[in-house]
Amino acid sequence: MAGGTDLVVGARQGKAPLPEHLVAIDRLDELRSVHEVDETVRIGALVTHAEIAAHPLVRDRFTALADAAAIIGSHATRAQGTIGGNLMNASPAMEAGGPLLCFDASVVLRSVSGSRSLGVADLLAGPGQTTAAPDELLEAVEVHVPGESTGSCYLRLEYRRQMEIAVVGATAVLTLDGGRVVDARVAITALAPTIRRVPEAERALLDTDAGPAAAQEAAQLAADGAEPISDVRASARYRKAMAVVITRRAIAIAAARGRGEDVPVPANMATTA
Amino acid sequence: MKVAATLQVNGIAYPVEVDPHTTLLRAVREDVGLTGSKEGCDDSECGACMMLLDGEPVNACSYLALQAEGREITTVEGLARPGELSPLQRAFLDHGGVQCGFCTPGMLISAAALLERTPAPSEDEVRIALSGNLCRCTGYDGIVKAVLAVAEA
Repeated sequence: MAGGTDLVVGARQGKAPLPEHLVAIDRLDELRSVHEVDETVRIGALVTHAEIAAHPLVRDRFTALADAAAIIGSHATRAQGTIGGNLMNASPAMEAGGPLLCFDASVVLRSVSGSRSLGVADLLAGPGQTTAAPDELLEAVEVHVPGESTGSCYLRLEYRRQMEIAVVGATAVLTLDGGRVVDARVAITALAPTIRRVPEAERALLDTDAGPAAAQEAAQLAADGAEPISDVRASARYRKAMAVVITRRAIAIAAARGRGEDVPVPANMATTA
Repeated sequence: MKVAATLQVNGIAYPVEVDPHTTLLRAVREDVGLTGSKEGCDDSECGACMMLLDGEPVNACSYLALQAEGREITTVEGLARPGELSPLQRAFLDHGGVQCGFCTPGMLISAAALLERTPAPSEDEVRIALSGNLCRCTGYDGIVKAVLAVAEA
């Protein structure tokens, strides 16, 4: 138990009762810090969404992750909820998942018998499911720091500005060289059983200027890769249609940031393309 | 199995004995006896139970009481000085920021947390900061005006 923002709520709804015995890890100071070693940032499992959203290095180099952390729940959710808990809850609508996938983040899982590193893509197995063993504790998230010519953005379709869960979400991470895209990552959120990258959309952006035409083509390919469900928040058809719009906007903002333009965090507050 | 703990609420230490699954809201209302914080949705949606934990907002309905041991808990009762409302509380009265009053404790706590961090917020910042607090009377306008009045004062 860390911040309890998912587990206690789930238990009180009767969805997943808490076990008789609980282990609270929220005071393990070793899991609370963000530090940079050799161009890799290590984010402790207990770092809160509010701390991530305010962290200067995250805002500067992992801007999509700051976009995501800044719009999770309400200020109370962000003050108590942690990145480790968010990942292990494995919601297909989790805001931080797309950015972490696109930045090639890995997690450090520790048990009494040792620790291992696992890519976030290999951790997330399905709605509420991870590949971590029951005796493993997520200790930290590790991400390589991208260069200054990398711009990124996470954007979601939302019906209200806070206390919202992504109806659809998109992440774009673009590395530019002389105005051309040399590396592209695109992930879709709340559009499949897990958050996933869409290689077809990424390839379509390579060696383009990430302008409106290229963004539209890539966004269409991203939507083609979606397998949305219909639920209380949206129909599958609406989600698929909006996947194009949100992905296109995320690509445009990521490209603008890659060019050095200042787009405020969170990106959902910005006037979008 | 009950566990003995001490909850530090509004500067006063209260010894309690609670089940590990007891939420902070229940412990403060029923064991400590401070009923200012309300149970609305009991689901982290409405913010009526909002308290501060070491100065940071928490939905107390969704936080375990034992995890709050050793931390400074602030409830709406802790905002007023003895016999005198805080400027924020006074502003809620002056600007009609109270209708049925059920959401008011959470609104006050959220607003206090905002003003602590951001002493001169814009209207947009106030609305964002209060968006985890639902007012079913839809009396938001008076509430926002009240917070802005304190911010400008």
